[in-house]
Amino acid sequence: MSIFGKILTIGALLAVTACTNATKYDNAGAGGAGGAGVSGSASDPTSAAFFQQSIGDRVLFVVDQSSLTDQSRSVLQGQAEWLLTNTDYSAIIEGHADEQGTREYNLGLGEKRANAVREFLVSRGVAGNRLKVVSYGKERPIEICSDESCYAKNRRAVTVLSGGLTG
Amino acid sequence: MIRLLCCILAALVAAVPLVIQPALAQQGPLRIEITEGVIEPLPFAVPGFVPDNTAATDYGKQLSQVIAADLSGTGLFREIPASAFISPITDFAAPVKYADWKAINAQALIAGAVTVSGSKLTVRFRVYDVFSGAELGNGLQFTGNTDGWRRMAHKVADAVYSRITGEGGYFDSRVAFVSEAGPKNDRRKRLAIMDYDGANVQYLSDSSTIVLAPRFSPTGDRLLYTSYETGFPRIYVLDVGKVKRRALDNTEGTMSFAPRFAPDGKTVVFSLAQGGNTDLYTMGVSSGKRTRLTSAPSIETAPSFSPDGRQIVFESDRSGSQQLYIMPTGGGEARRISFGKGRYGTPVWSPRGDLIAFTKQSKGRFHIGVMRLDGSQERLLTASFLDEGPTWAPNGRVIMFTRETQGASGRASLYSVDITGRNLRPVRTPDGASDPSWSPLQQ
Repeated sequence: MSIFGKILTIGALLAVTACTNATKYDNAGAGGAGGAGVSGSASDPTSAAFFQQSIGDRVLFVVDQSSLTDQSRSVLQGQAEWLLTNTDYSAIIEGHADEQGTREYNLGLGEKRANAVREFLVSRGVAGNRLKVVSYGKERPIEICSDESCYAKNRRAVTVLSGGLTG
Repeated sequence: MIRLLCCILAALVAAVPLVIQPALAQQGPLRIEITEGVIEPLPFAVPGFVPDNTAATDYGKQLSQVIAADLSGTGLFREIPASAFISPITDFAAPVKYADWKAINAQALIAGAVTVSGSKLTVRFRVYDVFSGAELGNGLQFTGNTDGWRRMAHKVADAVYSRITGEGGYFDSRVAFVSEAGPKNDRRKRLAIMDYDGANVQYLSDSSTIVLAPRFSPTGDRLLYTSYETGFPRIYVLDVGKVKRRALDNTEGTMSFAPRFAPDGKTVVFSLAQGGNTDLYTMGVSSGKRTRLTSAPSIETAPSFSPDGRQIVFESDRSGSQQLYIMPTGGGEARRISFGKGRYGTPVWSPRGDLIAFTKQSKGRFHIGVMRLDGSQERLLTASFLDEGPTWAPNGRVIMFTRETQGASGRASLYSVDITGRNLRPVRTPDGASDPSWSPLQQ
């Protein structure tokens, strides 16, 4: 059936089960769950693994809010500095919501969160054409319980790198 | 496509008056007023349809089973089992022995016959008001392919439902939905379509990418939906018969979602998110010409047209929390219609035009509800950890929605409920299911 064909390369970014498809995007799309699969060694400060584990690839949000907390700004300041140094990388900022909301609204909310991160990074000098945003709404939780302990981690914006010399 | 031929059995029946004479028994005319809420379902009997030839034997039984399931499923009718029958119907043309059906309290009797000729199936049926001792309406006949036998059963049930309730039927309809498999943190979603009762499931996409919220066109031949196949949510239109789809909007740096058809089937209303702001737009399906309807810095989404196409109901958090608004189709000033405590989302205009169905969040619970167009007479029909996304049956009397259970093993499934809040029922699906869209009655 024709509908099954023609998945664009970037579609691999979403197919979290299709990691055998070795593109430079292949860790993306899972909401940055864990460090497995990110290219490079965490001890290499120019690697995506370093960015994820030492700089911090995500910020969290208050319920139904898209404003950045002081803690988030500090993480994002680090992201901005890293991106200004490591100019080979681009990033897709994924915005997410917890499950306490309707599907369409959460798509809008996730976009607001991702965009808040993008605007901060741009304000710190990162070129806008290196940063894309996407919202997953409540479609890609990383924690699956129905308590605030999980919800707090799901209300997130994750900066997922692509490109780079080690890709 | 199955073509059902329908003709009145004029030659076989004397003209029967449509007005039911008052019954001699204590019961009044055979009539259910749905809006008044039925406490006691109306007992009916539907004996196996009489086979005119051996090839028709199995169909005779199966047809009556599907008709009985349709009627019982409404909560308005109660089937009297065949074991209680005094005089089984063996000849469709013979006079009905009303006394034998009255004795087992069958207020309605549906009798039918079925003929199979090659791949053609012909179904004839009559409905009787037992206590009035008269036929209700005229006999009808449907002809179609044998593989469409379930549709013929649904057509019979629709006719019975219509004659007794005075409302349009909804059994010969389909539901598009998202089939879900896998745990919450690795959910795989596929577009699917099925008969309203869960039979004949067909998948319209694979699970390689996220798909959301299919929405039927006014004639049921196309679906709008949202897919992440480019890496970003975008709206698509899919031809159901050919399983062919194309992107409607592909603007770099934006996301589009929450599409719905206008009643003319030529225009789509949807949400477009860009730069941290989600607004509503319309677009010509053929022309691709886009018109912006809202420009507030808040989230405007989940739009739905009025049946006359002149207004759009949608949700917005412009007041600080999600609420429902109605505006003219061309955009312009919107009036807020929801004022209760809590958050209101996913409004859907009833096909009858009289009510708005919605999702309400209040005190950590989710509800499906209905309200009038001015927000009055709000009525919550359900309550659970997570109910959302109502869709209307073609007759505007039943609502289907998604219910998701709580916790790490949480699972989504479909339920239906009638607009009086009675008859909450799970809808059978092979896997998890969400985002139902009820088709119009099939042609």
